[in-house]
Amino acid sequence: MIDKPGEIVKFDNVGLRYGTDPEVLSDLSFTLYPGSFYFLTGASGAGKTSLLKLLYLSQRPSRGAIQMFGKDMVTLPRGRLPDFRRRLGVVFQNFRLVDHLSAFDNVALPLRLAGTEEVRVRKSVSEMLEWVGLAQRAQACPPSLSGGEQQRVAIARAVIARPQMLIADEPTGNVDPEMALKLLRLFEALNNRIGTTVIVATHDVHLLKKVPDSLIMRLHKGRLSDPTGALRFPPRPGGSEPGGRAMSEPAR
Amino acid sequence: MSAPPFAEKPSRMAAPVGSRLAASLVPSSRFGGAMPWVIALLTALVVIAAAGGLALGNLAANARADLSGAVTVQVIEADPALREAKAARAAEVLTGETLVRSVRVVPRAELVELLEPWLGEGAASGEVPIPALIDVELTRTADTQEIAALTRALEGEVEGARVDAQSEWLRPVYDALAALQYLALALIALVAFATAAAVWLAARSAFANHRETVEIVHLLGGTDDQVTRIFQRAVIRDAAFGALVGTALGGIAVLALGRQFAGLDSGMVAGGALGLRDWAVIGAVPVIAIALAALTGRITIAFALRKML
Repeated sequence: MIDKPGEIVKFDNVGLRYGTDPEVLSDLSFTLYPGSFYFLTGASGAGKTSLLKLLYLSQRPSRGAIQMFGKDMVTLPRGRLPDFRRRLGVVFQNFRLVDHLSAFDNVALPLRLAGTEEVRVRKSVSEMLEWVGLAQRAQACPPSLSGGEQQRVAIARAVIARPQMLIADEPTGNVDPEMALKLLRLFEALNNRIGTTVIVATHDVHLLKKVPDSLIMRLHKGRLSDPTGALRFPPRPGGSEPGGRAMSEPAR
Repeated sequence: MSAPPFAEKPSRMAAPVGSRLAASLVPSSRFGGAMPWVIALLTALVVIAAAGGLALGNLAANARADLSGAVTVQVIEADPALREAKAARAAEVLTGETLVRSVRVVPRAELVELLEPWLGEGAASGEVPIPALIDVELTRTADTQEIAALTRALEGEVEGARVDAQSEWLRPVYDALAALQYLALALIALVAFATAAAVWLAARSAFANHRETVEIVHLLGGTDDQVTRIFQRAVIRDAAFGALVGTALGGIAVLALGRQFAGLDSGMVAGGALGLRDWAVIGAVPVIAIALAALTGRITIAFALRKML
């Protein structure tokens, strides 16, 4: 794990509601640190996807303050959002691949939007597809790919541009255990080699045990709790979490 | 397990969207959509209206140039002998004027021949008194005051002489031609508005159809400018096809109409022929149509994007 000073994300008393519905997220206050690996858990409907939407800048909160990369994301003009989105890699819950683009072009999209030279795009994307086992399916479009293949394309797209923060919503839900482990190793490699902060939302408790240095964020009915049930994150030092490392202040 | 391959760190700056990327993100309709054909029809209408307006302008300008340098003098006298004497005196007075280049007393036989279709055989019988006519060619185009001075000079010498500036006879015709030109301009403005509306609707529809793609591009760090360029490229492509087809169709119609009118072998109609400058104006129609479509598309997409985060 690469240690970096400072905070990459800071939520302060954040709430989110859609329209006039009740809040789906309430009173969220937490800090994420660069180079850390986080799992976000919670039952269906707990608000994991809504929290991730705030993190990948698809939603603004209804109340509270959000700082990312040292900037206030609540008042940031929308014209400046792309600069921050380029620092993120996102694996969406339903993949959100562009159906009429090939797997290759989907993975290449972040690099091409960032203006990377085509020769470098071709080399990087080919290697990434090879690594996720989709070299033979590079020219296939998402509708002709299986769920697992689509998921691997989505993950390849999220990590190809070496993001500062990777946000993944159920990234191993559609793949077999062997591929799930391989993809998790990809996230770990990104975390260890490049210092990417990784946030993985998952239901899979077995997955939590695979990354010993991870921290676990637990959402319950839109509120964040530590293993003791206290409404805070990171939890108090000394707590423990099955599979994950002993809970403490994250490595910095 | 081998180390995963990560790309070298890309630029954080927004990049211009390459044509290949733009084409792949918003697939082309292969001109199967309605917009190129609507633009083709509207451009053809503009070409025809513009050609009509320019031809009418030429026609009016040529007629004015022919007639504003001439006047007709009528000598109204019932007694034929006195009429001839007055006409001769009028011709003499006119010849002495510096403004006058040439004077021709129209022979009576020629007058009778001119009036016979309206007066029948009575025109030749002498029962109907016909004024003497004098065709006067001026050295240059005269203004109203100079014509008035000429009239005063003539009326002082010849009783019953009346000067008619030929351009005055045709004033209602000029007014009608001007009205038709304004009509052509109004038609062009309306069609331009219709073109902008068609592009607006098509761009909104395309944006709605590709909203998911736009959201993905946004979430991957694409800027509004990149998204706008992607759509603008598609709009320009369709508009270029429509404008060129429309100009070709309109041009063919204008040439066919021109040939038809040339067949009339009328001096006045010949004055409405289109010149090189007119064809250059018509040639600018597709360029303006494409620019208008591109601008409309850009504004439409920019407004649609403002509603997204």
